[in-house]
Amino acid sequence: MNQRVGTDSSPLRFAACESASLPLFATFIGARRRAPPARTHRQIGSQLVGRRILAAMGGLDSSSMETDLDRPNIEEYLTTETIREVPKKLHLSDLLDISPTLTEAAGAIVDDSFTRCFKSNSPEPWNWNIYLFPLWCLGVVVRYGILFPASFSWLVSFSNLISCMFCRVGVLALGWIVFFAAFLPVHFLIRGHDKWRCKIERKLVEMMCSVFVASWTGVIKYHGPRPSRRPQQVFVANHTSMIDFIILEQMTAFAVIMQKHPGWVGFIQKTILESVGCIWFNRTESKDREVVATKIREHTQGVDNNPLLIFPEGTCVNNHYTVMFKKGAFELGCAVCPVAIKYNKIFVDAFWNSKKQSFTTHLAQLMTSWAVVCDVWYLEPQYIRPGEIPIEFAERVRDMISVRAGLKKVPWDGYLKYFRPSPKLTERKQQIFAESVLKRLEEI
Amino acid sequence: MGNASSMLTQYDIEEVQEHCNYLFSQQEIVALYNRFCQLDRTAKGFISSDEFLSIPEFSLNPLSQRLLKMVDGLNFKDFVAFLSAFSPQATPQQKVELIFKVYDVDGKGRVTFKDLLEVLRDLTGSFMSEEQREKVLGQVLEEAGYSRESSLYVEDFMKVLSKAGLKMEVEVPVD
Repeated sequence: MNQRVGTDSSPLRFAACESASLPLFATFIGARRRAPPARTHRQIGSQLVGRRILAAMGGLDSSSMETDLDRPNIEEYLTTETIREVPKKLHLSDLLDISPTLTEAAGAIVDDSFTRCFKSNSPEPWNWNIYLFPLWCLGVVVRYGILFPASFSWLVSFSNLISCMFCRVGVLALGWIVFFAAFLPVHFLIRGHDKWRCKIERKLVEMMCSVFVASWTGVIKYHGPRPSRRPQQVFVANHTSMIDFIILEQMTAFAVIMQKHPGWVGFIQKTILESVGCIWFNRTESKDREVVATKIREHTQGVDNNPLLIFPEGTCVNNHYTVMFKKGAFELGCAVCPVAIKYNKIFVDAFWNSKKQSFTTHLAQLMTSWAVVCDVWYLEPQYIRPGEIPIEFAERVRDMISVRAGLKKVPWDGYLKYFRPSPKLTERKQQIFAESVLKRLEEI
Repeated sequence: MGNASSMLTQYDIEEVQEHCNYLFSQQEIVALYNRFCQLDRTAKGFISSDEFLSIPEFSLNPLSQRLLKMVDGLNFKDFVAFLSAFSPQATPQQKVELIFKVYDVDGKGRVTFKDLLEVLRDLTGSFMSEEQREKVLGQVLEEAGYSRESSLYVEDFMKVLSKAGLKMEVEVPVD
């Protein structure tokens, strides 16, 4: 699927307008979630028009463009009434009638495709009802009183059925103790045998991640061939929460690119994750991109480095949608191995809404829920095709991941969570409107 | 966002429905409440400008600043009343009144040439010069039987816009 859309540092150029039909302002409208019979013809028409204009702008085949969500086959809705005839003369009503612009604004207020990507489910704890609560309490008593003193492996296997905050914390605490007891000596004392040290540290990090996963009663199914340690490859995955990394790390020690965090997460980043070769970036620094790009390139060339894992969305999304992939991972000239992650929301909503809760709260929420159930698919490595630009490559891979994990694609840049859209988008709309007015002015 | 509808009682829904002249169904009001709570991240009871501007599609609308003056700080009842003009059940009169309010943002009850110019400036940005805008407006006003000095009232807007056939509808997604 060829899509040429702008995903460089400035957000997406998606505003479009039908220049022939003033004042029809067509843009990518946040389409309604259901395939609506009730959607007005104007909305559909303008959306279709918007796609046509985008095709004209991007110079590509409009029929291959899939910028939208669950909407019906647009061709069924296309009637001539949606495209109004252009009256030759300019009237006062044309200038006074700002209804299309207002409708778009109101449509965006009522429902927009970007905010939808970050909507988390309301937490519905299963335990808190008359049937399961007594069972849960019994579980607490049994686990804390009887099983906790017993062995580690018993706890892990039994706690798969009923959640227990105490035994999870216990498992986690034990895991940390074991980890640090092994990691710190290895990290500081074994000098000279670097290769050996790296291997041990890798194994320890993998073990620690397994403990983490066990503490949330993680039931994770891996599909596809396990990642191999080869140079000239990067792994890309969709991003729902920081636990994505832990889930993938459990299977293979990846080096990941992460946003620098404050607090205890930052401490762990500095001490432990450095050992697997992680790279840090800072969203708020503008020059950061070039620095990170260089680091990434160096990492992929190195033979001994752990395989690099990148989350091209750049932010956490709620596992129902994927936002635009940043092209950085796709212009390295090496193989891109897509990984698709899909959480089963029945058990817990693993989406980390970073605007709403801190990571600690998020982890605590995970630990008090029944289980974290997810599927991980390792997909076939992709190479950039001749004549394909990195952005198209990124879209192609995003398509693969979205289809595999059953996610819907949305053409917004994830960074719009933190930054406002570029004023160029508004200017484009203004330009189109102005040009149409001027054109009709000449005809008077 | 927790179970929003559990915080809205039947009385609340009916009160809001009455306030918006029954232009939205009760289900739509519940859906709008969920949306309101989603946008109002800090649960203040109203949505601030910043939170409106975090909707990218709203932010890149040329009239966003004008609309912000109208919607900033509205509580839920007034929020629904504002959106009621976009309901399919709304009369053309109600739609025209909203358009009038957007032009007459300082609420003086009439729209002057200056107001028309300001809105046209928002819509065209730097792609039309001030002289071109004045010229265009002057021409169409004359053609419609007004002059630059005349003020337009709601009735004038009704007269001009009812011929155009206003299509100003938004669908509220109901779960």
